Amino acid sequence: MKYQTVIGLEVHLQLNTKTKAFCGCAIDFGKTPNSGVCPVCLGFPGTLPVYNKEALNSAIKLALAFSCEIQEHTKFDRKNYFYPDLPKNYQISQFDLPLSRNGYLDIASGGKTKRIGITRVHLEEDAGKLIHETSSSLVDFNRTGVPLLEIVSEPDLSSPQEAFDYLTSLKNIIGYLDVSDCDMEKGSLRCDANISLRPEGAKELGVKTELKNMNSFKGVKDALAFEVSRQTELLEAGQPMTQETRLWDAEKSETVSMRSKEGAKDYRYFPDPDLTVFIIDREMVSRIKTQLPELPREKMQRFMRDYGLSEYDAKILVNSKKDAQFAEDCIQKYPEKDKKIMVNWLIGPLLSEANARKLNLYELNIDKEELINLIGFVENQSISHLSAKLVLTQMIDSQKPAVLLIKENNMLQISDTTALEEIIAGVILENEKSVSSFKAGKTNALMFLVGQVMKKSAGKANPKVVGELIKRRLTDA
Amino acid sequence: MIDKETVEYVAHLARIELQPEELEKLSRQLHDILGFIDKLSVLDVGLVKPTSHILPISNVLREDEPHICLTPDKALENAPGKNGNFFSVPKIIE
Ligand SMILES: [Zn+2]
Repeated sequence: MKYQTVIGLEVHLQLNTKTKAFCGCAIDFGKTPNSGVCPVCLGFPGTLPVYNKEALNSAIKLALAFSCEIQEHTKFDRKNYFYPDLPKNYQISQFDLPLSRNGYLDIASGGKTKRIGITRVHLEEDAGKLIHETSSSLVDFNRTGVPLLEIVSEPDLSSPQEAFDYLTSLKNIIGYLDVSDCDMEKGSLRCDANISLRPEGAKELGVKTELKNMNSFKGVKDALAFEVSRQTELLEAGQPMTQETRLWDAEKSETVSMRSKEGAKDYRYFPDPDLTVFIIDREMVSRIKTQLPELPREKMQRFMRDYGLSEYDAKILVNSKKDAQFAEDCIQKYPEKDKKIMVNWLIGPLLSEANARKLNLYELNIDKEELINLIGFVENQSISHLSAKLVLTQMIDSQKPAVLLIKENNMLQISDTTALEEIIAGVILENEKSVSSFKAGKTNALMFLVGQVMKKSAGKANPKVVGELIKRRLTDA
Repeated sequence: MIDKETVEYVAHLARIELQPEELEKLSRQLHDILGFIDKLSVLDVGLVKPTSHILPISNVLREDEPHICLTPDKALENAPGKNGNFFSVPKIIE
């Protein structure tokens, strides 16, 4: 039987505010354990939490970027459970009146665009960090109370690859907003996944598994792929599925059931009496809307409109805000009308250089004016495209100007016809057989003759000019 | 009516250990409390706006400015268990 995969993702995002969500403790993860704490975030009795204005602002910005409806009336609730990383024995979160609902994110997956619903974006706080020793567990509360956003997607994702693409788009957009570092390996973005399988065409959802403990986008994809095959096998064998939480083991590349001794979770949410409600009026929402930067999708459309880029090229360039800025600077500085030439350099040789150096485009140490000079030499046929790519590598390594490197490498192409005629005459004399083949109508012979001239000129002849000259000579004669 | 199982369950969630006589007593008391609260159900609250807080204030926020934190020594002063600058607790995973 064919099965359909249904995936929903829950993303937890640390906001990059200076201080924690409910107290003024500075957020700094390199700090000595338990040095960024105070009576509020340690959950001492009698303390009063007050929410961070900047965190609320960032949260609304993010919710708007995903086209969510900001709820006019929102409040904090207590989510109650016992765990040593949670000093109050409850997490301040949002239950029935979240900050925002009903957004979406358009993802590009497999050449198509798909709209993934976002159920809600709500505010909460982070827990502390646990280090497990042989006989005890150690607790560091520096991270306790860091403002988090929970971004819950609809179960609209239908493959591990789509889940990966969703996370990539999500990260791109958040990168434009400057509200979070968004680094899964550093823990500023965390992702849990719900996955279930159902027979193709079935209306009801299958029994779901919750996956945790993935620490990279690839980890999410791999864990989901593992689950697809594990669940398919179980279903095909007719075995009953149980709803459970499984942990991803990246080393063994498998998911393992997390057996919990406690029964079903019972968080007993109730409104936090220490925090009053928030009324978010239209005025506040439209004020924050004006702070939103141009987002990847709009930027892509503008690049296509203003610079005549194809959708494919524009999409590559808008992936990250800083790369898009770098690319736009280059495009604007480029003096020729046909911007496509510069764009091809950006997404071709420059991107390869960046990838080879494990850098972003904007981090390449290259002078934009020099890049334009280099492209100019190719365009007026002073150097070949191949030579130019070598010069580019050297330019990035040495910071020398293009013209100097071209001279040092003795790369200038010979386009001067008198200098070339001499070489061509020699080649024609030495290759009678190819000459007669060409005259007999075999065009391949021309390529061979051009090749010979290139060889004799040590690769510096301009192949286009050489071809024209040989053709003229042989057809005139 | 609140049964003993429910009281035991709630006690477990709150990590409270109850003796049999305490369970008996608390079940009776909780039953009375719930009965008292249940008086509300006879009132017509159709016109009363739902609320989540008794104070008529909203949007209480603070600026994103750092304050001075406790030193680790001070933070750990009353900890039942510590190890260096960490709080130490019984091991929670096998
Ligand atoms: Zn604090």
